[in-house]
Amino acid sequence: MSLLQVKSVSKHFGSLVAVNNISMTVEPGELRAIIGPNGAGKTTFFNLITGFFRPTAGRILFEGQDVTDLLPARRVWRGIARTFQVTEVFPELTVRENLRIAVEAASGLRLRAWLSQSDDEKIRARVRELIDMGGLAAKADRQVGELSHGDQRASEIMMALALKPRLLLLDEPTAGMGDQETYEITQLIRRLHRDSKLTIVLIEHDMRVVFHLADRIMVLDQGKFLAEGTPAEIAANKAVQTAYLGQAA
Amino acid sequence: MKEPPKQGIDRRLIALAAIWAALLLAPAWMPLIGGYTALGTRVLVLGLAAMSLNFLLGFTGVLSFGHAAWFGLGAYGCGLILKYVALSTPLGVLAGTLLGGVMGGLLGALIVRRRGVYFAMVTIAFGQVFYYVAFQWSSLTGGDDGLRPFYRQPLHLGFANVDILNNATSFYYFVLFCFALAVAAMAFILRSPFGRTMVAIRENERRARFLGIPIEFHIWIAFTLSCFFVAYAGTLYALVNNFADPRGLHYSQSGDFVMMAVMGGMRSFWGPLLGAVVFVVLQDYVSSITINWQIYIGIMFVVVVLFFPRGILGAIRRRVAA
Repeated sequence: MSLLQVKSVSKHFGSLVAVNNISMTVEPGELRAIIGPNGAGKTTFFNLITGFFRPTAGRILFEGQDVTDLLPARRVWRGIARTFQVTEVFPELTVRENLRIAVEAASGLRLRAWLSQSDDEKIRARVRELIDMGGLAAKADRQVGELSHGDQRASEIMMALALKPRLLLLDEPTAGMGDQETYEITQLIRRLHRDSKLTIVLIEHDMRVVFHLADRIMVLDQGKFLAEGTPAEIAANKAVQTAYLGQAA
Repeated sequence: MKEPPKQGIDRRLIALAAIWAALLLAPAWMPLIGGYTALGTRVLVLGLAAMSLNFLLGFTGVLSFGHAAWFGLGAYGCGLILKYVALSTPLGVLAGTLLGGVMGGLLGALIVRRRGVYFAMVTIAFGQVFYYVAFQWSSLTGGDDGLRPFYRQPLHLGFANVDILNNATSFYYFVLFCFALAVAAMAFILRSPFGRTMVAIRENERRARFLGIPIEFHIWIAFTLSCFFVAYAGTLYALVNNFADPRGLHYSQSGDFVMMAVMGGMRSFWGPLLGAVVFVVLQDYVSSITINWQIYIGIMFVVVVLFFPRGILGAIRRRVAA
């Protein structure tokens, strides 16, 4: 069974059609990239999958169940986690505190007024595990807002991972980063995909990252579906070259 | 490398011990600097109200401009019990807290989807509704004259009776005990997983939502808890004055609480208490010189907001940390 099936979704903002009748199927374990020029509707498409917006038309199925009308928090409970184009963290809290909130939310303890010793130990251990996985051990007790862009992004990705997602959506994970940071984030994503067998959909502008990571690529242009295929197929696609690659070159 | 967290904990413990020592010994040291015990009692009660408001404002990031409604309902609830139902201080406190807290929770459920200015505006409106009810319903509430006469009753502890009506010092300790219970409860909640979700909502609502935290529900719980705390403070206020006043429900009273919280420091747990100290002492002192005392509080407020945006306690902390 496909993990995610997006069926002919559209999103209209007044007379603007941001997403026009797009379908996508993601298989478990896949790493899918979505590319397209600015204004192609990529982020809006993400927002439809995560419930930030409700689609004007179309349905979204996750693990075979219709989630089109579920609120964002409920989709998170089902296993859809995301990061944002502009990093969204809790800037005045430390990395550890950021992750702790995520771990507690994920373990269904968010309404608790107290924790048993063993729950507390489990949470701390899980937080440490995530800190190490994200390569953040040296910065764990610093405020996230003070960290470099790359470390903030790594923190955000680890928060999403704390939710034990079955589908991870990354909106331009390397946006605004230098070469070294881009490399590190790319390695992190690759590890998550290869080692943890996590299904990932990512939006990306950096073509090196996309062609390096993705199993399959979907191309959007002006809200419409343009092409889909393996990196090699997409690189050879004439329509894509004119709309996107040609423009970038 | 220095180790900031450990040092921070030590400092916090010292500060905490200093605060409680100052509060416990207040009846002894206050007269030395020209204060009196009843002034300390007022500070505690208004400080608790401001801390209750700040539980929502400072830790969830939601501004209510109508907390006087629940504060006043607490006061009326307590007064009505003492006047009409039973001569029992604990029953009055319990009933007033429930009245304000439950009403706050019910009305809060209607408005948790609103944000920012809209939320604040609706809370003002709720507050004014209760103000006019208390003002108009003279047969029950005494209308403009306020609810009277009623008197706080001696406490029967089984082994002893404590006269909190005529003995200002024992009343101070009674209020301090009630204050400590509420403050401990607040601190406990803020250190819990639920408390961390409050801070998460304050820090970044979008992130919190996409961690699977149902924001509206959590804000509603925080709002309701805050209403219970402020109503509890309201019942104590009725006991302080032996009187419940419709002006205790008015939005200007809500504004005073916000002012205390902002002046003292919204981001700090104890800030609003410090704000209440400044507010009450200034009010007490300046109003004995001029009836226009509010001008001076206003000036003070503007100065703090302009030069110490994190409030007095925030500024002190920054200085200590530097």
